[in-house]
Amino acid sequence: MKQETLFVLDTPYRQKLHVEGFRFGRGEKSLCVVGAMRGNEVQQMYICSQLVRQLKWMEHHGDISSGYEILVVPCVNHFSINVGSRFWAMDGTDINRMFPGYDAGETTQRIASALFEAVKDYQYGVHFASSHMSGEPVPHVRVLDTGYQNADLANLFGLPYVMLRKPTPYDTTTLSYNWQVWETNAFSIYTKTTATIDEASAQEAVTAVLRFLSRLGIVKYNCHNGYISTLVHEEALTNVMTPCGGIFRRLVDPGQFVEYRQVLGQLLDPFTGEVRAELTSPTNGTVFFAVDYALVTEHTTAFRIIRRLHS
Amino acid sequence: MEHTVVSLQLPVQESLEIKKNRITPLPGNDRGKRICLVTGTHGDELEGQYVLWELTRQLNAHRELLHGTVDLYPAMNPLGINSITRGVPLFDLDMNRIFPGREDGHMAEYAAMKAMEDMQGADMVIDIHASNIFLKELPQVRVNELSAEALVPLAQLLNVDFIWIHAAATVLESTLAYSLNSTGTPCLVVEMGVGMRITKEYGDQLIAGILNLMAHMGMWDGETQPPREPIVSHDDVAFINASAAGIFLPSVAHNGMVQQGQQLGVIADPMTGETKEEITAPSNGLLFTLREYPVVYPGSLLARILKGGSDE
Repeated sequence: MKQETLFVLDTPYRQKLHVEGFRFGRGEKSLCVVGAMRGNEVQQMYICSQLVRQLKWMEHHGDISSGYEILVVPCVNHFSINVGSRFWAMDGTDINRMFPGYDAGETTQRIASALFEAVKDYQYGVHFASSHMSGEPVPHVRVLDTGYQNADLANLFGLPYVMLRKPTPYDTTTLSYNWQVWETNAFSIYTKTTATIDEASAQEAVTAVLRFLSRLGIVKYNCHNGYISTLVHEEALTNVMTPCGGIFRRLVDPGQFVEYRQVLGQLLDPFTGEVRAELTSPTNGTVFFAVDYALVTEHTTAFRIIRRLHS
Repeated sequence: MEHTVVSLQLPVQESLEIKKNRITPLPGNDRGKRICLVTGTHGDELEGQYVLWELTRQLNAHRELLHGTVDLYPAMNPLGINSITRGVPLFDLDMNRIFPGREDGHMAEYAAMKAMEDMQGADMVIDIHASNIFLKELPQVRVNELSAEALVPLAQLLNVDFIWIHAAATVLESTLAYSLNSTGTPCLVVEMGVGMRITKEYGDQLIAGILNLMAHMGMWDGETQPPREPIVSHDDVAFINASAAGIFLPSVAHNGMVQQGQQLGVIADPMTGETKEEITAPSNGLLFTLREYPVVYPGSLLARILKGGSDE
């Protein structure tokens, strides 16, 4: 393992921001893994740390094939992590809305540019991501449908689902989108949590990356074969919206099969505890995403369901 | 008359409401035109608040001169303005990056959709922004090159100092202006002043321009002033960004002509007394943007110059 500083940013009143990378093996640029770009992506940084630990052990035991290089960047934005801000604390901008970056531009454009310079040119790219929709998804690999994607490769992670998403204008400035444009096969992996550590899904994510590398012959790693992933098109998901605001009582979990008209959750009056509304499933299917916070507004996407799919 | 464009219940007791005030002409005076004046999409941009207040006051005082419908939307992001938050609280995406909104989207996306639906079909929409807390801007209209041919002649009536025709970018396809223009409702974006402040003289300048545009549209018979002739720029703009971290101390005034090589300010280190960087103008021109907020990182935007002008 070789630890190196990928780039340094000077800052006022604090120490310099050093963005660290961990390289394993030597040879063609095979896989790059990027973790936390936002200040609350603790789970994403943790997964990378566990991957670094595992790859270090494997390299020591000769389990990384010759001719391949792997780079892991656990955290790009510890400046925001250390002050509890999801976005760049100075101006509220989001590094993952700045790619491919601009080296003469604003601060987060420069960070994105320096990071992209370090992580482009890899054959495969994995970003441990978090969504702008706060909630709990089933662990899955997300691939942007840019026309450059290879969704079949996403099956090699062996996670239960691969989701294909049509990019919106704001997706065009993400790392995954730009990786694809620059001919890296890019995958975003979503696990159960963001600001807290979920050990089981973190371990599942580490195993998924090692399984992917093993199937490509880059590492030797003997593990369970995982799932034959189910491909889900995002636009085919059924959203269940809240008809009012209030306290949210969730009655089903992501990954669970639900039946048509089954009660998925309740909305309670925050003062009297009366049930204001019940959310029922409009279809048989598997819960792909569920809100995980106690208070919701009207018109919140409380659940996303894969229609007519048994879990 | 006050109308609620969209109302969405919040978790505890209150609702998020986007409202508009509709001012209509006296009976028999309506020539059928409608203009929408929109502001407060970013909760830290307040310049439009004065514009809408003063314009409403003038229109109400002389309704006999009004010949069309004026819809005024002072707070597209009421929770943001109320809580001094640029974005929509509890929502990650910039509200001006989610248009045209979505029926099955988050509360903010749904609200964006309903607000845009309400504006569609108007003869003109003016979306008033105020830079952010970091930068002070000269009154300007920004126009996407894709709609420049139709919009620049209208922007020239708005009494602004210049018109910036900028390149198209995919990420900008989700702004209110792009979404309206691409669906046949003309929309002009005004940027002026600085975030969290009100610059009254800029507000008065824009109000004169709005009345001038309304007169051109046949909606206003009151007295108007000839608009100032704006400079029209096709992205001929120099950006000056910090290379060092520290405190930016400008040595020039906003809205002045500068010469290539002229010092614009320094970046200072209060701990050591050191000057970490001297900032100089890369070209002659009009200093139309100047940083207001002193703390800077490498990359922080310090100034923008509209290139050109005399060496004299």
